[in-house]
Amino acid sequence: MPATRVLPDEESTALLQLTRDLCTRELLPQAAQAEATETFPRETFRLLGRAGLLGLPYPEEHGGGGVSYEVYLQVVEEIASVWASVGVGVSVHALSCFGLFTRGTEEQRQRWLPEMLGGELLGAYCLSEAHAGSDPSAMRTKAVRDGDSYVITGAKAWTTHGGQADFYKVMARADGGISCFLVPADAEGLTADAPERKMGLTGSATATMRFDGVRVGADRLLGQEGDGLRIALAGLDSGRLGIAAVAVGLAQAAVDHAVAYAREREQFGRRIIDFQGLSFLLADMEAATLSARATYLHAARLRDRGLPFGREASVAKLVATDAAMKVTTDAVQVLGGYGYTKDFPVERFMREAKVTQIFEGTNQIQRMVIARSLAKGDAGNLHTD
Amino acid sequence: MKIVVLVKYVPDATADRQFESDHTVDRAGVPGLLSELDEYAVEQALQLKEKAEGEDVEVVALTVGPEAAAEAVKKALQMGADSGVHVTDEAIAGSDYLATSQVLAAAVRKVGESGAVDLVLCGMASTDASGSVVPAMLAERLDLPQVTLGSVIERQGDQVRIKRDGDTSTEVIGATLPIVLSVTDQSGEARYPSFKGIMAAKKKPVETWSLADLGVDAGEVGLDAAWSKVEAAEARPPRTQGEIVTDEDGSGATALVDFLASKKFI
Repeated sequence: MPATRVLPDEESTALLQLTRDLCTRELLPQAAQAEATETFPRETFRLLGRAGLLGLPYPEEHGGGGVSYEVYLQVVEEIASVWASVGVGVSVHALSCFGLFTRGTEEQRQRWLPEMLGGELLGAYCLSEAHAGSDPSAMRTKAVRDGDSYVITGAKAWTTHGGQADFYKVMARADGGISCFLVPADAEGLTADAPERKMGLTGSATATMRFDGVRVGADRLLGQEGDGLRIALAGLDSGRLGIAAVAVGLAQAAVDHAVAYAREREQFGRRIIDFQGLSFLLADMEAATLSARATYLHAARLRDRGLPFGREASVAKLVATDAAMKVTTDAVQVLGGYGYTKDFPVERFMREAKVTQIFEGTNQIQRMVIARSLAKGDAGNLHTD
Repeated sequence: MKIVVLVKYVPDATADRQFESDHTVDRAGVPGLLSELDEYAVEQALQLKEKAEGEDVEVVALTVGPEAAAEAVKKALQMGADSGVHVTDEAIAGSDYLATSQVLAAAVRKVGESGAVDLVLCGMASTDASGSVVPAMLAERLDLPQVTLGSVIERQGDQVRIKRDGDTSTEVIGATLPIVLSVTDQSGEARYPSFKGIMAAKKKPVETWSLADLGVDAGEVGLDAAWSKVEAAEARPPRTQGEIVTDEDGSGATALVDFLASKKFI
């Protein structure tokens, strides 16, 4: 029973319908097997690219879909409700294009964006390092200017699509400070470590990327030297909304499976959904999922109107991922022993939900962002369309 | 080059399908979609268009059906067809194959008024009535050669070679355009519309024609003019539960083998 949605126009409705078709016919049949065998679904991303789903929140003149965040995030949510690894991938790809779109020159955009947004090229995002996770300003990866190029040396941890992507948005320390580069996957000296052995999202490759004197042209610097951290953090506000949508998708999937099971499963001669103790658990799961969705949609609507949305994005990421963790855990409870087996998908949802509380800024970092914003005291504005 | 693809709006096979009181299929009260078998015909038309380098190929999606049937045309346009024609008229309701082919033939001729039609592409059958006879009837009415159940189409100029897989042989048939051609579900997976295709479809031209526009006499079509009549139609009873073999004492495999042998499966 997928989510009920109100969409702003007919095209958005058709987009969501297209997304559901692709999810049901292409993603769902592969998801469990690919996760079990830790297989990255590169072809699936090509299919999503051809369908136009990898560049949705970017303008049409650059090859994007010209879709609002409000609509784009619901597409991400629907994808994640079927296959979280792919939902995360779509969000990460969008984030990887963000720096070029916001800070690239017109020439840089025209050169690279169409292929990136058209989905022919898959993106990845290199910010964290082994010792610099929540505190990215402690990064050590260096970019040394040498004539018309930069030479990048260091290692970037936790790279989603690491070793699979066609381009990497890389933050590295140059003379002028942390700077942002667009590095092609085939650059000499760029290698991926073996993928991390993760608890969940096993269909998505996560790897440390090693930069062993990787030389890139100076035309691959986005913005100015020293702009890197600002670019990274600005992208993260939007990326957090993507993760919030993924988390809500996971929660929705968990609710759907738990409700379907509880309506079928009988004990003591009754469907277990007719026992109040269990039905209240389901009601709380539904309430958490719906309110998490409303929270990310609120932040998205602010963003779509060009209003500040950083605090709301952090609230959405915090609320949605905590909800996903609770709802997926409770779904395992509803399915009882069966829920604890790999024959049912809810244990996978639970494992997948955990990382959403960690990546794209831990939920402790989100609280920091929210609290800092509260300390500044900006609130209570009324906006009209 | 101009290709007309016939697209039928059919009840969604995954939803509850109903009959009207006159035993015709309920097409208004149930969710519907472009017949999946017709998606293959749309796909082949689009591939011919894409392969025709430097040549202008126009793909026209044509449907006959009630108001909701416009959805079938819309889907074809979203997939990449250039324009659409929707023939709709209350008098058409309940038409048999003969009448349907008459209306389609008139519509294809009218499409041809703005430039000759080189190819009429159809699916191998509809997913509701499953008659498979409309392509042949249409070819007869248009006085065109027909090739049915094609799985591979190759074209050079006005020459086409069509691979046709039968139960006992594979034929390769050569023909000179214009022809009527039906293609099977083995001809290649139909593409999904892209989001850009969905946006573009809104701006593509769709003409809506009545029987009067086509010059077809309303008295020759519809339920009353049908050459055959469905006297009764009721849903088939659901499948009964099969025999369940429970292996309690190690005899399960034997019971299973006995069952398969009794049905001559082994």
